[in-house]
Amino acid sequence: MSARPRVVVRLAAACCLLAMLILPRLAQAEQAQRRFPTPEFKSGYQIPPIQMSPVWSRAWNVIDVGALVVAIGLGAWFVYGLRSRKAVFGLMVASLLYFGFFRKGCVCPIGAIQNVAETAGTGAALPWVVAAFFGIPILATLFLGRVFCGAACPLGAIQDAVLWKPVTVPSWLEKALGLFPFLYLGLAVILAWFGAQYIICRYDPFVGLFRLSGPRTMLILGGAMLVLGMFVGRPYCRFICPLGAIFRVISPLSWKRVTITPRECIDCRMCENGCPFGAIRRPTAGQKIAGRPRERNILVASMLAVPVLVIGFALLGYAAGPVLARLDWRIKLAELVYVEDPAIHPDAKQNLTDETENFWKSGTSPQALYKEAAELRRTIAVGSSAFGGWTGLVIGLSFVGASIRRYRRDWIADAGTCVACARCYNTCPVEHARRTGRSVDEIMAEKEAVHV
Amino acid sequence: MSQPNDPVTRRTVLAQAARAAAVVAGAGGIVALVVRGAGATEDQLVWQIDPLKCMWCGKCATNCVLDPSAVKCVQNYSICGYCKLCTGFFIPQPAALDEGAENQLCPTGAIVRKHVEGEYYSYDIDNTKCIGCARCVEGCTLYGNGSFFLQIDRDRCVNCNRCSIAAACPAQAISRIPLKQAYKPRLSVRSDS
Repeated sequence: MSARPRVVVRLAAACCLLAMLILPRLAQAEQAQRRFPTPEFKSGYQIPPIQMSPVWSRAWNVIDVGALVVAIGLGAWFVYGLRSRKAVFGLMVASLLYFGFFRKGCVCPIGAIQNVAETAGTGAALPWVVAAFFGIPILATLFLGRVFCGAACPLGAIQDAVLWKPVTVPSWLEKALGLFPFLYLGLAVILAWFGAQYIICRYDPFVGLFRLSGPRTMLILGGAMLVLGMFVGRPYCRFICPLGAIFRVISPLSWKRVTITPRECIDCRMCENGCPFGAIRRPTAGQKIAGRPRERNILVASMLAVPVLVIGFALLGYAAGPVLARLDWRIKLAELVYVEDPAIHPDAKQNLTDETENFWKSGTSPQALYKEAAELRRTIAVGSSAFGGWTGLVIGLSFVGASIRRYRRDWIADAGTCVACARCYNTCPVEHARRTGRSVDEIMAEKEAVHV
Repeated sequence: MSQPNDPVTRRTVLAQAARAAAVVAGAGGIVALVVRGAGATEDQLVWQIDPLKCMWCGKCATNCVLDPSAVKCVQNYSICGYCKLCTGFFIPQPAALDEGAENQLCPTGAIVRKHVEGEYYSYDIDNTKCIGCARCVEGCTLYGNGSFFLQIDRDRCVNCNRCSIAAACPAQAISRIPLKQAYKPRLSVRSDS
């Protein structure tokens, strides 16, 4: 081909492109014709600019992230340096007032899990503040333990503040209910991954209280959770919070962790009752041992059960796929449109809902919507199976964890469960002795006298 | 829990090495994920309504986490017709063309009507009273110039992880946009009206 025809082709292409760019603009200009032209005022009236409220200063984002870093940093100092419950409590109340009541509980690191999942799944934009609120508490927990939970989280703080007469949750119940956060986490991640919805935010019990407004169900749930929280320590943190589930896994890896006694443990058991969150583990010395071969068999059996549970629950998850799919608005819209579709139901009424009214107005073909929904259903079925597999894995690993014998010499705070509230420091007589400079025996005698 | 006087065994050394590796890997993974996600956006993102998609369903007034809603009606004066009979201000067939509450569409009386000159009246929105119900937007868009439209008030919005109005919006008109273009004024009348 010679050079000339190429130039012609290019020119033609450029003209086409230009036309494509200009024509829609012309059409728009036509639309902008007004029914009632703006008058030409003679009295000197000036047409005001559009009323727009001031844009909230970007500085607030920096202040929020800064406050989070400061709260975690101070918390770590109070827990590991000062070892002071009073200081931790003060910081906790400050966090509740700032992140909860002043900043209305948004953005929060728990909800940010979903933003990160949605970004990973659909490529949705992730605001840097949300990214920081997700990353900072997790990084902090990897190094400092769950200081965020104890001192900075407004949801934890509001429950901790109302705790009045804590009851001890039986260990089997604690373990069973403790599985729920992992399942909630899995479900939230899967639903956000497809951009279906944010269930953590939707069923957050406390933001309604922070804002002193909200849907009635949210306020009732929040109130009930607070009443429960008077008797059961931090029920949301222990049995619901999906971020707590992540922390329970990564916190045992942390560099710093709560040590109840500053010196040698004297095995007085006083800390056990001092912890309202069931985080204190007893020494293993006096434990009954079933015998090595038997223990080994149980461990092997539970390890073999893991793949069976994963596959079984994955199949269950696949079967539950249609239920999960209905939580997605596109699939729901397709169902609503199908009912009204005149091609399928000739005498159906249209525009029964706002969603369908908007759909019919948009001029999109229902077939395209059905096709999109069908594709989405298939991907959600995969996600639902993954969620089932995750459920099986969590249950299986909890069996494995229960059949491993652990060695503990002293009374310790379980690094995964402990939220670094610093209560146990107040119960430990050795800590008391360190602070006051008296002898441990003296303090023990005093404490016994009080009990008798 | 290892105490300072514990003997260093192969077991503790291995456990510590595994812990360090897990911490480094985990921290690296999180930093990478967060940097990747945040890198996609150069500016702070905020929730905003696209007025051309809005179908004035009224859910902005009821689904916001704030009460009253962070959504407010905005007047674009440059396309307003300054009509005496404003279809965004008056109910259909009002008893009189005056500011009586019984003649107004707005349930909270948030639109301030003032005489300018001759047959022309100006209409201002009182943001403290507006609840974002969009009744005036509907009236103005269907029968007038469409100078009223809804926007999320940046001064009030708390920038939730996910806007709860967006989750309920039947027209999918709410999305995150860069703060620089936070306010998209509506400049033209909808094509379907």
